Amino acid sequence: MPNKSGAEQPEISGSTQKSQRTKITKSSDDNEKKSLAKKLKDSEICIPIVYGNIAFWLGKKASEYQSHRWTVYVRGATNEDLGVVVKRAVFQLHSSFNNPTRVIEKPPFELSECGWGEFEIAITLHFHSDVGEKPLHLYHHLKLYPEEESGPLSTKKPVVIESYDEIVVSEPSEALFARVQNHPAVIVPRLPADFTLPPVPLEDVDSKNRVDTKDNPLNQWFTNFSEADELLKLAAARQQVQAHIARLRRQLTLVDGQHQQLKAPSDIS
Amino acid sequence: MDAKDILGLPKNLPIQEKKSKPPKESQRKPDGISREVYALTGGLAPLMPAIDVNQLKRKAQSENEKITWQWLPFTNSARKDNLQLYHWVRVVNGNPPTGDYSFAKCNKSADIIKYTDEEYEKYLTDPAWTKEETDQLFDLCERFNLRFIAVADRFPSTKTVEELKDRYYSVSRAILIARAPSPGDVSAHPLVKDVYNATQDTERKRALNLLLSHTKHQERRDVEASANLVLPVLSDTGTLGADKPITTADTVNPSTNSEFPSSTTTPVSETASVVASLRMLRVYLRTYSLEQMVQAASSSAGLRTIKRVEQTLQDLGVNLKPKVPTKAVCAEHLELRKEILTLLNLQKQLQYKEAEGSSLRDGTFTETPGTPPKQSVRAVDLDRTFTPDSLSTGGERFGKREQKRKGPGRLAEAPSSPAQSKRPRKYKASD
Repeated sequence: MPNKSGAEQPEISGSTQKSQRTKITKSSDDNEKKSLAKKLKDSEICIPIVYGNIAFWLGKKASEYQSHRWTVYVRGATNEDLGVVVKRAVFQLHSSFNNPTRVIEKPPFELSECGWGEFEIAITLHFHSDVGEKPLHLYHHLKLYPEEESGPLSTKKPVVIESYDEIVVSEPSEALFARVQNHPAVIVPRLPADFTLPPVPLEDVDSKNRVDTKDNPLNQWFTNFSEADELLKLAAARQQVQAHIARLRRQLTLVDGQHQQLKAPSDIS
Repeated sequence: MDAKDILGLPKNLPIQEKKSKPPKESQRKPDGISREVYALTGGLAPLMPAIDVNQLKRKAQSENEKITWQWLPFTNSARKDNLQLYHWVRVVNGNPPTGDYSFAKCNKSADIIKYTDEEYEKYLTDPAWTKEETDQLFDLCERFNLRFIAVADRFPSTKTVEELKDRYYSVSRAILIARAPSPGDVSAHPLVKDVYNATQDTERKRALNLLLSHTKHQERRDVEASANLVLPVLSDTGTLGADKPITTADTVNPSTNSEFPSSTTTPVSETASVVASLRMLRVYLRTYSLEQMVQAASSSAGLRTIKRVEQTLQDLGVNLKPKVPTKAVCAEHLELRKEILTLLNLQKQLQYKEAEGSSLRDGTFTETPGTPPKQSVRAVDLDRTFTPDSLSTGGERFGKREQKRKGPGRLAEAPSSPAQSKRPRKYKASD
């Protein structure tokens, strides 16, 4: 479950960390550091993201080459700020666009353009150095026209197509863990309460430059991805399969029994 | 004879022919190659001369020199004991060869620097080494010509090879620098230019030892891990800095390898190696990790089986790729796929058992003609186990299906495609 508690009270969590640190003696501090490092070794932090595009038909203002205004984006799954882990996003557009390589240096990581065609956009996410050196690639097929033939196009209702995914950072460093553990965009594993982490510089959390992605006007169109449906379906399917497996196993033992009888005709008088 | 008369040939000709043959055979062979070699070509010259005969070795350069071989004594300047040995010597015109024994120049030795006691006091004192030890070290180095392994064996106190090397090189270096009129003069000297790093050397040897003592299992681990690394490098345009440390860390830390299960490439170990490769990636997408795990789990299955798994998933109403791939969803999806694989395997087993059963029955039938063969073959198609129709009904779907088909039913009433009836018949448990 996402750990959202920390965002509103950064000072308090910081100071309790500090006071906890002063209580602990040096030797146990080292031991805890080692076991924390070990804990982090087997763990992963997860950043759920959604990427896709939203396209508005321009209606009367549409021309032959600019029929739609679309925005391609990568966002946190709950519309939280991805800037905590993502340093910049590079969108590679179709070569017919001017400067087809568009770099977005700060959140919200989105790009708007006007056009008429649907094509594949390669999105590259570059991370902050404490997350990882290698960028990740996502591929999204730009969609402007709706699936069904729902009659005349409307300028009010956009076409939205989104994909859900999660960025997994395995074996995060202590520093990264400390930095993101209270951020709402990031899911971190639970650590026992007495574990202490290096104190986070407080200005990171209260940064004035932080863009509030919750105020994005496009938010109203975004899909809410819930894992509940899928989990239910999967659980039901597994149940069926397991029942079938049990049935087959019974059948197999039955057949084996029959074979045993057949193999020993001398017993039959 | 009559033939000759008919042809009108003179009668004494046969004798002449025989005579002419021997001279022909002993015609001159070309110079430069021996007769036997020439005969290999069939006694004829090759069409294209492969080797220019004139270039072949001449036996004696010129006949004005007289060459003999003599058994003569010689001395070796490299020896200190004036031992006299004998060997064959090529003597030209009665003059034996002059000059030193030809191999004497091979006796190279290293120049070991000798320091005086003063120099020792001034430049070379070290807390870990006494003067006596240092002297012993240098003496041994000279005796064994810097063969440090031998020196280490004979050194009185136990010091590692790296320590000995370190002491020797640092002493020599210090002396060189101290004796040089200016530092610039000796800066090109290899002893001064390249400093010996004892810790690095120890590490290097340790790493090599580990590599050498890799079991076959660990080697396979490395190969798998590096094969898995290739995929991300192809798809990423990021820096390659991560790759090198990974492979060396892998060889130097076999303890991480010991976590993983045994080396037979079963799907279990495949997933373990996928987990390892994902960990090495550090940052990856959940969908990517699911893809890799699915591939690993289905590694033992053929293409047809994989298609059947996907068909089953569709019948169950599950997306082939989850729409909301969270950690929990992906885990469930993977487990479901594994269970479907188990299911398909069991179906296959049942099929084989039935085939076995029918052949057994045929055997018993001939033995005991009186008893009729057991009628246990029912036609139930298990390939499309989860037909969409049956799923949409309530909880007792299986019960309902079995009720529909009693006795050796045909598949005509099956809601799915008619192609199913061509599928092999399988066992149905008795109700």
